[in-house]
Amino acid sequence: MINSILLTQALTVQTWTYILVGITFSLYIGIAIWARAGSTKEFYVAGGGVSPLANGMATAADWMSAASFISMAGIISFAGYDGAVYLMGWTGGYVLLALLLSPYLRKFGKFTVPDFIGDRYYSNTARFVGVICALLVSFTYVAGQMRGVGLVFSRFLEVDINTGVVIGMLIVLFYAVLGGMKGITYTQVAQYCVLIFAFMVPAIFISIQMTGNPIPQLGFGSELADDSGTYLLDKLDGLSTDLGFAEYTEGSKSLMDVFAITLALMVGTAGLPHVIVRFFTVKRVKDARKSAGIALLLIVILYSTAPAVAAFARTNMIETISNQPYTTVPEWFKKWETTGLITFKDKNNDGLIQYVADKNKNELVVDNDIMVLANPEIAELPNWVIALVAAGALAAALSTAAGLLLVISASVSHDLIKKMINPKISEKNELVAARLSSIVAVCVAGYFGINPPGFVAATVALAFGLAAASFFPAIILGIFYKRMNKEGAIAGMIVGIVTMLYYMLKYKLGWFDDVLPNKSEWWFGISPEGFGSVAMLLNFIVSISIMKLTPEPPKEVQEIVELIRIPSGAGEATH
Amino acid sequence: MLKDVLNEFKLFGFKLGFWFAQQGSMYVFVVLIFIYVRLMNKLDKKYGYDK
Repeated sequence: MINSILLTQALTVQTWTYILVGITFSLYIGIAIWARAGSTKEFYVAGGGVSPLANGMATAADWMSAASFISMAGIISFAGYDGAVYLMGWTGGYVLLALLLSPYLRKFGKFTVPDFIGDRYYSNTARFVGVICALLVSFTYVAGQMRGVGLVFSRFLEVDINTGVVIGMLIVLFYAVLGGMKGITYTQVAQYCVLIFAFMVPAIFISIQMTGNPIPQLGFGSELADDSGTYLLDKLDGLSTDLGFAEYTEGSKSLMDVFAITLALMVGTAGLPHVIVRFFTVKRVKDARKSAGIALLLIVILYSTAPAVAAFARTNMIETISNQPYTTVPEWFKKWETTGLITFKDKNNDGLIQYVADKNKNELVVDNDIMVLANPEIAELPNWVIALVAAGALAAALSTAAGLLLVISASVSHDLIKKMINPKISEKNELVAARLSSIVAVCVAGYFGINPPGFVAATVALAFGLAAASFFPAIILGIFYKRMNKEGAIAGMIVGIVTMLYYMLKYKLGWFDDVLPNKSEWWFGISPEGFGSVAMLLNFIVSISIMKLTPEPPKEVQEIVELIRIPSGAGEATH
Repeated sequence: MLKDVLNEFKLFGFKLGFWFAQQGSMYVFVVLIFIYVRLMNKLDKKYGYDK
């Protein structure tokens, strides 16, 4: 016993990371070999026989990406009250999914989202537009994930960031290509367990350390453990205002913008093809509803902890480094400095770190993304906890990347090749095509991970905006509006996605002007992150007006739409 | 939206508006879905679609 304690302390963070990452990776590979896919049905929708609980866990892991695990608490930590838009937007999307989409889409019984679009709107043009939207959304999203993998590897295993991306690619390649949806589903179940454990353990440790309350959700509303009787959040408000920042619990975004961003994120979540496709894997319509509920419950475990982590991390960070001499900063500070994610410039040459809101006096820049990763180090937790966070971040990034790659390969092999180019392809060849396209997709994703285009930071917002602007209206109208025809849907999707792209490029990346346009030029004062809501409304308006001017859809299609609303008799997913 | 009014109240160490934004809203979402699931299952049973 004593030996093992000594051993525990002797191991460095790096050794621990090798051990934990090694164990989790072998677990994923083991599952992949056990769950090889033999048919296209297994490859695309895991054979349609996944239980609601397993599907809920897989959906949660699929959904919680590097952005949720690594970036979200960091963003909240710096944004304070305003960070709530991400929490509400990303969880609220599941209410839309459970109530409006998942049961009906499951009843329709298809393999992919473009497949639904193509069949419901009886047109291969619609299918093609769907494929393009799905590829655009998924590729922008997956590039960010690979980057996350590279970041974790480079910091904790101290390898080159590119080597990290390549290792990540190989692992995903292995289980996504071999197992398809079936392999991905069961690895995602394992990855959910790893990531939630990795997120909760340090949060609980820090909560006990700071407030004496083991439940982080309650902890950040409790009194500090130092017997001063002050509440943590009051203290944080005080620290923030002392340094010239706004109070942590007060917001600064305009109401209109908060509303627009929250709506865009909600609708975007509900329109993401890799999330929707998860609900095609359960047996019955009833199970689709239930697993959406389970997924949200499991997601909320992490999402409700994130604001607590954010508040702890912010308080801890300010207390540890604000106004401290640079020469005595802790080791983690130096290590993150080498990755370029913390920068310090002694502007007034007093040797102290001034961290203040005034941009001319502030000497410290801390990247959003490192708050969760650095948090256990800042709080001086044991080495194995720090390594656990690294393993959890990898699980989050890999599970999402795998889900996205599947959407990409299914769109290509099923929708492009089977439904459009060569309908007579045999099942065996289709499976080969699916595997080949996922190999190509991994390589493209890896390329973007290694050579990130300038817009990686904007990609998450972009992907949600695109999903909200393209798929959501087409799917909703397809389910609930019998009269909706192909002309309306195609025009709506194109107008929606083009407007969204234009706004993003102009106001987020500044492609059309020499300098990035000022906030005051935003349409209706809505930020690019929130513009997805406007583009979505535009899509609805265009779809409905064009529909009124063009002929009704054929009788058979209208009958199918009637049938979708009846939950029973959801057959097997068919070609 | 009601944040400023709600922030007048305190629930232990939380300002209530802040709590709803960063915690309460999410719990409400979860509860909403499970209520919906229950209601729909009941409806399905009533009309004999639960087979």
